[in-house]
Amino acid sequence: MPKKVLKEFKVEYLQILDENGNCDDALMPKISNEEIKKMYEMLILIRVFDQKAFNMQRQGRLGTYIQFKGQEACQVGSASLLKDEDFVFPMYRNSGLLIARKQPMTQVLQYWNGDERGMKSPPNVNNFPIAIPVGTQMIHAAGAAWAAKLRKTSQICITYFGDGATSKGDFHEAMNFAGVFNLPVIFFCENNQFAISVPRPKQTHSETIAQKAIAYGFEGVQIDGMDIFAVYKATKEAFEKARTGKGPTLIEAFTYRLCDHSTSDDASRYRSKEEVESWAKKDGIERLEKHMRKKGLLDDTYKEKVLKQSQEAVEKSVTEFEKITPPDPKDMFKYVYAEMTQQQIEEMHDILGN
Amino acid sequence: MVVATIVQAVTMGLRQELARDKSVIVLGEDVGLNGGVFRATDGLQKEFGPERVIDTPLAELGIVGASIGLAVNGMRPVAEIQFSGFVYSSFDQLLSHAARIRMRSRGRFTCPLVLRAPYGAGIRALELHCESGESIFSHVPGLKMVVPSNPYDTKGLLASAIRDPDPVIFYEPMRIYRAIKQDIPDEEFFVPIGEANVLQEGDDLTLIAWGAMVKTCQDAIEKLNNKYSVELIDLRTINPYDAETVSNSVKKTGRCVITHEAIRTCGFAAELIASINEKALLNLEAPVVRVTSPDVPIPLAKLEGYFLPDSNRILKGIEKVMSF
Repeated sequence: MPKKVLKEFKVEYLQILDENGNCDDALMPKISNEEIKKMYEMLILIRVFDQKAFNMQRQGRLGTYIQFKGQEACQVGSASLLKDEDFVFPMYRNSGLLIARKQPMTQVLQYWNGDERGMKSPPNVNNFPIAIPVGTQMIHAAGAAWAAKLRKTSQICITYFGDGATSKGDFHEAMNFAGVFNLPVIFFCENNQFAISVPRPKQTHSETIAQKAIAYGFEGVQIDGMDIFAVYKATKEAFEKARTGKGPTLIEAFTYRLCDHSTSDDASRYRSKEEVESWAKKDGIERLEKHMRKKGLLDDTYKEKVLKQSQEAVEKSVTEFEKITPPDPKDMFKYVYAEMTQQQIEEMHDILGN
Repeated sequence: MVVATIVQAVTMGLRQELARDKSVIVLGEDVGLNGGVFRATDGLQKEFGPERVIDTPLAELGIVGASIGLAVNGMRPVAEIQFSGFVYSSFDQLLSHAARIRMRSRGRFTCPLVLRAPYGAGIRALELHCESGESIFSHVPGLKMVVPSNPYDTKGLLASAIRDPDPVIFYEPMRIYRAIKQDIPDEEFFVPIGEANVLQEGDDLTLIAWGAMVKTCQDAIEKLNNKYSVELIDLRTINPYDAETVSNSVKKTGRCVITHEAIRTCGFAAELIASINEKALLNLEAPVVRVTSPDVPIPLAKLEGYFLPDSNRILKGIEKVMSF
């Protein structure tokens, strides 16, 4: 018997906006000038925030902080499509995403300064607290999407994770559940090429992360993660699929972390200056600026105005943040269960008095 | 009233809650068409449909992790882990997430899930089919740990667990799944989480157990033939445990034996003894005695009998505390 081909697969790559700000009009999603400007303003705001938070950590005004510089386009481009009631299951490199999802900057600073109140989602916005153990949140997105399907709400669930997370068994189980139950969930991989110091080829022998979706029976696509239009388009298509009952999507956003892993890391130990510089040239913010300038959506005055507004907004949130009084020590007992146990009441009195 | 075994009481409890609240769903391996390997979910898929009684992929982490997402977004999942020894691959989800969601989100999100699993030894099963991990979960703030010992409590505690606003681990004593029959009400009733049950009052000593060991204690008491007046306490909830009932009893009797299937070191008896020391030390006439399994991995069938405490070992413990 001759062998036969049972199935053949392809993996697509999407880029719309190149490094020089040139746009492929045929691929360009329908997006208004106002929307583009809104996204640009958010990109600048979170970059200013990111730098400020890093500086504050260095000055001893903030605890350990996880920067996201270089990955702004992933976070803003996808978040701009979400409705408040949709669920976001973020990783720790998603402060920008949370800000784009209406989490006040004061709260984000609060969280990174060791105050759980910072992770409380604003009313009516479903921002799940960030997951510290890598990749453990993906299955929650599948579960929440399952609930949305069973309850017949129109919610979409989206989870963000890095390339390192795809090595974990959790990734497999989450993708598998999503496929088997055809869930309205999007797996958004911010492939920034490194899990701290370990490069992507040491995480998986697959040529792409996108192709892993094929094994679970749904679509995976690789996109230029520093191209906000590609992020927007891919996420929009995934959302439409999810909202019309056509199941999950894996988006592999090919990007780069233009910063250390955390404020405790020194990336020069494992990445060359040349490599970082070559990626910096692809930066998603600069290329959007180039595009907007060509389209007449941005000039120097507007650019300066946006930067100044962002700096003022960030400074204002820092001032507010620094005025926040510490949490009530009773809070550490108050939120473990709906009601404190007898043991906890005794322990609380032991430690805090009556 | 219906005469039911523990496993039938599980089914009754699930049926009652599925019928009452459409956010309740049952999920796990083989729980649907097959009705569970112990038949705990027998007939439920037929009655409530495959969207509410769900056969999942064979993946414990996935079952628990998905249940967390389900619970966070408005469902009341009751997940079954086929044997408690298989729960370990979902540990990260239970400890890192289920237990912490309320705290981490400052009450904005909660995780009202129930994880059911048959637990315990004594049925000559395969490796990792006989674990008693109740103290492991009791070391995790944010989780509740419940272990019924009879059909009535099983139905009543299961209803409480499913309606509880926080994650509850519900360990069902596999060895006595079908050993005890009891009249239990058809209608709704609750056994509250966190309350021990004094099964038998007595003056000479307090004997504390939970799960299948309650029956072993009753066998031991029968063998004692009224030699001592034993107060038998079924702890029922391991976390949060009922320290008051325990200490009140020990204050009265002055002597105490605690028995569990789990191994000794860091077993839950240790916590109970600490609590007794804090609340009733000066009432003690003798050191509290533990009758437990030894600090070894549970052996396979041939040596299982040496591992598990039986009524004779409990009697030996009773004599030790009485003759001090």
